Amino acid sequence: MISLKFILNGKQVTVETEPSIRLLDLLRAKLNLTGTKEGCGVGECGACTVLMNGKAVNSCLILAAQIEGSEIVTIEGIANGNELHPIQKNFLKYGAVQCGFCSPAMVLSAYALLEENPNPTEEEIKDAIAGNLCRCTGYKQIIEAINESAKELTTR
Amino acid sequence: MKNLKIINVRFFAQTSSVLRMTGRELMKKKFSVVGTNVIREDGFDKVTGRAKFADDYKFDGMLHAVMLRIPETHAKINSINYLEIENDASIISIITSADIPGSKKVGMIKNDQPIFCDEVVVTPGDVLAMLVGEDVSRLRSALSKIKIDFSPLPVLTDPKKSLEPDAILIHPELGSNLIIHHPLRKGNIEKGFDESDQIIEQTYTTQLIEHAYIEPEAVIAIPLGVNGVKIIGSIQNPFSARRIIAAVVNLPLDKVQVIQAQLGGSFGGKDDIMCILSARAAVAAIKVNRPVKIRYTREESILESYKRHPYILNYKVGFTNSGKIKAMKIDILADGGAYCSMSPFVTWRSVVQATGPYEVENVHTDVRAVYTNNPYTGAMRGFGSPQPIFANESLMDEIALKLGITPYEVRKINGLKAGSITATGQKLQNHDVNLLTVLNVAAKDTDFLNKWKKYKKDKSIVKKYDFTKSVFNDSQFIEPDQLIKKGIGLAVSYRGCSLGAEGIDAAACYLSFQNDGTAYLLSGLAENGQGLRTTFSIIVAEELGITTDNIFYLETDTSRVPDSGPTVASRATLMGGGAVKNAAEILRGRFEELIQEEWKLKSEDEIVFRDNKILTTDNRSLITFKDLCKLAASRGINLSTIGWYKSPNVDWDEHTGQGDAYFTYVYGCQIAEVSVNLGTGEVYLDKITAVHDPGTVINKLGAEGQVYGGVTQGAGYGMLEEVTTENGLIRELNFDQYLILTAKDIGEIKPIFVEGKEIYGPWGAKSLGEPTLELTAAAISNAVSNATGNRFFNLPLNLEEVLLGKKLRPVEVKRGSLR
Ligand code: FES
Ligand code: FES
Repeated sequence: MISLKFILNGKQVTVETEPSIRLLDLLRAKLNLTGTKEGCGVGECGACTVLMNGKAVNSCLILAAQIEGSEIVTIEGIANGNELHPIQKNFLKYGAVQCGFCSPAMVLSAYALLEENPNPTEEEIKDAIAGNLCRCTGYKQIIEAINESAKELTTR
Repeated sequence: MKNLKIINVRFFAQTSSVLRMTGRELMKKKFSVVGTNVIREDGFDKVTGRAKFADDYKFDGMLHAVMLRIPETHAKINSINYLEIENDASIISIITSADIPGSKKVGMIKNDQPIFCDEVVVTPGDVLAMLVGEDVSRLRSALSKIKIDFSPLPVLTDPKKSLEPDAILIHPELGSNLIIHHPLRKGNIEKGFDESDQIIEQTYTTQLIEHAYIEPEAVIAIPLGVNGVKIIGSIQNPFSARRIIAAVVNLPLDKVQVIQAQLGGSFGGKDDIMCILSARAAVAAIKVNRPVKIRYTREESILESYKRHPYILNYKVGFTNSGKIKAMKIDILADGGAYCSMSPFVTWRSVVQATGPYEVENVHTDVRAVYTNNPYTGAMRGFGSPQPIFANESLMDEIALKLGITPYEVRKINGLKAGSITATGQKLQNHDVNLLTVLNVAAKDTDFLNKWKKYKKDKSIVKKYDFTKSVFNDSQFIEPDQLIKKGIGLAVSYRGCSLGAEGIDAAACYLSFQNDGTAYLLSGLAENGQGLRTTFSIIVAEELGITTDNIFYLETDTSRVPDSGPTVASRATLMGGGAVKNAAEILRGRFEELIQEEWKLKSEDEIVFRDNKILTTDNRSLITFKDLCKLAASRGINLSTIGWYKSPNVDWDEHTGQGDAYFTYVYGCQIAEVSVNLGTGEVYLDKITAVHDPGTVINKLGAEGQVYGGVTQGAGYGMLEEVTTENGLIRELNFDQYLILTAKDIGEIKPIFVEGKEIYGPWGAKSLGEPTLELTAAAISNAVSNATGNRFFNLPLNLEEVLLGKKLRPVEVKRGSLR
């Protein structure tokens, strides 16, 4: 067992855990943050995306021990209570959500993109979500929602 | 939506003879909520991570179960020895078929699939037994200590050999490997060929593919003592699951409560497999008297879940020099894999629709599904239509090329119109037969004819490589500026709505208003991610003039609403929506009666429900909807009801394949525009124009989403997706090898809706989910042919198929129907 200190959704936390478990399991099983999903376990589907120090990463490929001292943001940390983030609002407005299994991860990938590149081109949006598989939507409304969010966030 | 057009049929009244012939009133009701953009009911929870999918549930004392399998395709199990793990403290129970109190074999149609295969394994996904305990990783390591003594049996993987007299039998007790044979006989096939000027004979094959829902299977069973068992799972059809679980645990239906968790995609795929997983979990939970969860990894999901049928399709078509089809002889073989599953129904849709949407006087079709030791195949979005559409739409283009006419003309000459007789002898009536309308709209919108002719002329001479020589000479290399060629191709289809002659077709809905004007709504059909809850809320809102945020959709639970049959066959809007409208109409009737009494209106006075208010036709506001509910409650009026919708009867003669197969049809046309790299065989999807007539569009955002998603899946089927097997063992067990399209792989998609008139369904709304997928592969194949000048007969059109016209594979590897 090791003791891990990191920032989770803006709050400093300390957890006791076996060092060998994946960040994904730490979040889902230990911390009950089930918005992070497992779709493949091998880094291919992106459903387990979280933000680690501002970068979108696959939490199924990261060992818990690696996050010591980092800042982790999960989907539970994106909305402000019941006030949705503009990206989330636009996902709803543009129909970017169907079954919703990929949605938390898509929102986080979009979030990381817009933090780094507030005015992405359509190609850059596609690049940013190329690691997030979605079987339902054909990605069109997701791309549109991210594009609109970018416009909205930069004009604020 | 910048890309979206909704075309009212009125627009075509002058140009289309089809519509004039129907001679019906084309005005449409003016809607207030239907057809607008409504935010999905479950959206908030889904974008915040609060939505609970099956694996997100946890219960006190919950245990986990892991599966015991052997990497064999066909083997007799002699004995299983658990001695080494008997004293392992991490194992709370070993669950075997001896623990099953009821049916040991189950199935959607035929009971041929064991819950635990402890006598014989007939395909590698088969599960022998299950270990239950607290820690999954310890359970998994215990699996390897179980000693299994088995004798390998001969393996049958080629469906063409399944019916040979000396073929090994997958289920010897059935006496044959034939799962089903659907014949269809119309007219006189010999006479038809005699009257033809030309004949084309062609064989097409399609591959095995995976549903690839992003959420792997998960289910939890919770024992309730004398009250039976409760199931929460990623279940597509809670009522089918309930039936199978009840049979396996030997409990009456009312003691098995099935709750659908948020479902992370299904596409037809979380049906049989989830019934079986739920039954296994239930057996274990009842035995150990603790909640038991089963949760699959992606590898297990691909290994055990059923897939789309690979087909081998032989077509012989006779036609006149003027392009009229005279006769079609079709012979289709579907690989059902190791279990029957939904094969009889999947292939039934194929036999009905195999000619494509054309008037053919003389038809002779045989569709057979057979057992092999391959992964079993069942329902998947499209359900027996994408395969014949690939064949018949390729064939139409071949006819056109032979006759020197365009793909558009050949379809126009033969396409179904109002009053046409289908291959099953059904006369198309009582709805707008919009096949030629969708074709015209698509062709016009894409400038199809000009592009098709230009690209056809334009195509460079595609080099025929001589692959017997290892070194090419200069003349075999393509000039760089000749490398990328453009192509355009189209495909059309008609599709029978709902179940047709497959079974009883009725659906229910529960609607209950509270005395503050809010409502609970619950349908017996299930939300699979397609947006059914939102569509149904829109229907209630429209009928009662309220807003959708006043309607709370309850979780799907078999104990709360009548069995409504399965959520399949794109029947949710039509059947489930019909039931919702019925419930709303019943309650509206009760409200109207009260209003008439209260305001002393005359019975012919019309009452308008609009903007959360009740108005007279002269716009006098009588009461708000909220206060109306309060008033009604205070008068003791029942504000709850069950709505019901039953489809009209269909009829079918299984010996001749003749009858009114479905009570109505939808029509679609997709046009693919591609760029093909002649050097590598890569196909880039530039644009897909998808024109569909789903009847009235109720949920606009949802409908667009269905088109984008369906086209993208269809494109994956056409260009890249494939599960290959080596002696029955699947090679692509995760997304690193089983590739689906990413955001970067799909070009522009333009949905266009032509809203034809229909007498059934809520305001004439029909089906869309499956039509969007079934056409895309065929359209792409025709487009790639237009670009390269080569025809393609085997899906998918991956690099090797496009470049070499064949699939490259290690000798032992089987690809779909190809050997
Ligand atoms: S679960 Fe981590 S990438 Fe798929
Ligand atoms: S919405 Fe279902 S996987 Fe993306």
